[in-house]
Amino acid sequence: MVDGHNGPILELKGVSKHFGAVKALVNVDFEVRAGEVMALVGDNGAGKSTLVKGIAGIYPYDEGEIIFEGRPVSIHGPADTADLGIEIVYQDLALADNLDVVANMFLGREEIRVPFRLNESVMEKRTRETLHSLSVTTLRSVRQAVAGLSGGQRQAVAVAKAVMWNSKVVILDEPTAALGVAQTRQVLDLVTRLADRGLAVVIISHNLHDIFEVAHRITVLRLGQRVALYEAAQSNQQEVVEAITAGTIETVPGMAK
Amino acid sequence: MTTPPGLEDRPLEPMTEVSNPTVREYLDEYWTRVKAGDLGSLPIIGGLIVVAIIFATQSPVFLSAANFVNLTRQTGALVIIAIGVVFVLLIAEIDLSVGFVSAVVGVSMTLLLRESGPDWAWWFVIPLVLSLGAAIGFLQGFIVTKADVPSFVVTLAGFLGWSGVVLILTTEFTDSGTILIQDNVVIGIANAFLTDFWGWVLAIVAVASFAGLQMARRLARSRAGLPVKPILIIILQVAALGAVAAFVVAVANSDRGVPMVALLVLFLLVFWSFIASRTRFGRHIYAIGGNPEAARRAGINVDRVRIAVFMICSFMAGVGGIVLASRLRSVDPAAGGGNLLLNAIAAAVIGGTSLFGGRGKVVSALLGAVVIASLDNGLGLIPNLPSGVKFVVTALVLLAAVLVDSFSRRAQRASGIA
Repeated sequence: MVDGHNGPILELKGVSKHFGAVKALVNVDFEVRAGEVMALVGDNGAGKSTLVKGIAGIYPYDEGEIIFEGRPVSIHGPADTADLGIEIVYQDLALADNLDVVANMFLGREEIRVPFRLNESVMEKRTRETLHSLSVTTLRSVRQAVAGLSGGQRQAVAVAKAVMWNSKVVILDEPTAALGVAQTRQVLDLVTRLADRGLAVVIISHNLHDIFEVAHRITVLRLGQRVALYEAAQSNQQEVVEAITAGTIETVPGMAK
Repeated sequence: MTTPPGLEDRPLEPMTEVSNPTVREYLDEYWTRVKAGDLGSLPIIGGLIVVAIIFATQSPVFLSAANFVNLTRQTGALVIIAIGVVFVLLIAEIDLSVGFVSAVVGVSMTLLLRESGPDWAWWFVIPLVLSLGAAIGFLQGFIVTKADVPSFVVTLAGFLGWSGVVLILTTEFTDSGTILIQDNVVIGIANAFLTDFWGWVLAIVAVASFAGLQMARRLARSRAGLPVKPILIIILQVAALGAVAAFVVAVANSDRGVPMVALLVLFLLVFWSFIASRTRFGRHIYAIGGNPEAARRAGINVDRVRIAVFMICSFMAGVGGIVLASRLRSVDPAAGGGNLLLNAIAAAVIGGTSLFGGRGKVVSALLGAVVIASLDNGLGLIPNLPSGVKFVVTALVLLAAVLVDSFSRRAQRASGIA
């Protein structure tokens, strides 16, 4: 980080993206600092997914800058994102049910012993260590197939997979959707621990209750624009809901300026 | 370290301090898994024992050494083709062309070996026709992946097309359509036997390699500080394998010896099992079968792996075709037809490979093929049995295998160990 330890590790400046006539993102600023949980909220179609997909390298933004650790970077594909140390945990988790926890953690980045054998013992060891460091203690065995895990355990495996690669920024897309009370608690604790470890965490969620429990700051998107940025400690759910549904936008889509 | 509320009742496994299971704990754990529906190869091995007992009581020939050796020779080509089928099933695809692809390869080989024709050497012809098999797989796999056409349709076209090619090739060069193989090396593939001495050497090498691998694995795990299998279990497994190997070799040697084709099948099973379970490529095959989207996001080149799998399937069909041609010492227009395709797919499925992808082992090709060949062989030995019975029984076994798979999977889901 160039400008002190409190500067944003990942910053988007004035990014825009349109699909034909639809303006999905209009001149959006976004940032997240190391050790911080930044919530990204907005109604359906507000542009949350589009924003994340730009960071993920699924498609490029039409305009705007991506600044990582104080330097402008360009992201041309998912590999660039991973190289920067940004990991994204998608809502549908992208785990292969038939493979065990270890195989999923290392999928696509398997450890190989010369000449080309999988190095199972190293992978199993690192999996155990990573899960242990995240205090994920509810797995019966790391050699268990993912199909048999609960929703919270699956989320924990997906998150552990993301942080195992010395990542600096972790983006979680709806991590608590479809989870029960205890499972949600488990995942929110995990999110807090990630930030405590000095990672920058971006959490996308519709559940404001969850967000106020873990987030330090909240970015609100509405109709492709950033309409508000709150310090969670100085805001409340009421205020955020109003921003999500009726936040002031600079330009109305479909209307000339 | 906090335990989330509501989860205290889950068994906690210490992630860093590792305690090795005792023999009792290990067996308890295994039994728990079996009870929960993770049956592994138990149903099929049980089924084989039942089949053997039934046929042994019906015909004294079934359990004779001569018949045992015949059974081994008859099963060889089917196992080899079924190995390829296991791979396509693992990525949740199907290949209906294996029967006639095997015939195209077998017929091409025979034509190129003809003394009245090109008369090329076997060591040149065999790699050449096997490349042809792989090329056919590439073509079919390329169309399936790049044009996004279901493999069922593409390989159905292959089924029709390659059967036509077989017919054209065989009838083009002879009036009868039957072309004899005169090369002794090629005939030997399916008709030669190991001497008694080399049969024993094979058994000893196989058992020693298994023991060595198990110990090496245990050592690597204990060095990495991971829990290891109790040593007694390894000793028992090696002893069991040793007993089976000794029995097989002793019985075979009391007849003509261990068929050469058994050596080939053993090598192919070990090789492809290694590829499937111990390499990055194999891991990616399972991942694609389980969740293609997860595989894609993990950076795996899904199309390339899928094409490679179709190539493996057609290649193995080609190897099977060579073995078949060798066993019959000739090829004719009917090569690759009949029940070959259906038996190959049934073998993979009866052996425990799921049609829905991602679940199954290479060795299931062997187990399934042995069941099918035993039924075929055993029912053939019972006098005055209408030949239709054979199909009906095989059908029931196939159905039973699929039902066992389905129920055990349901039990696994319910108990959370799927």
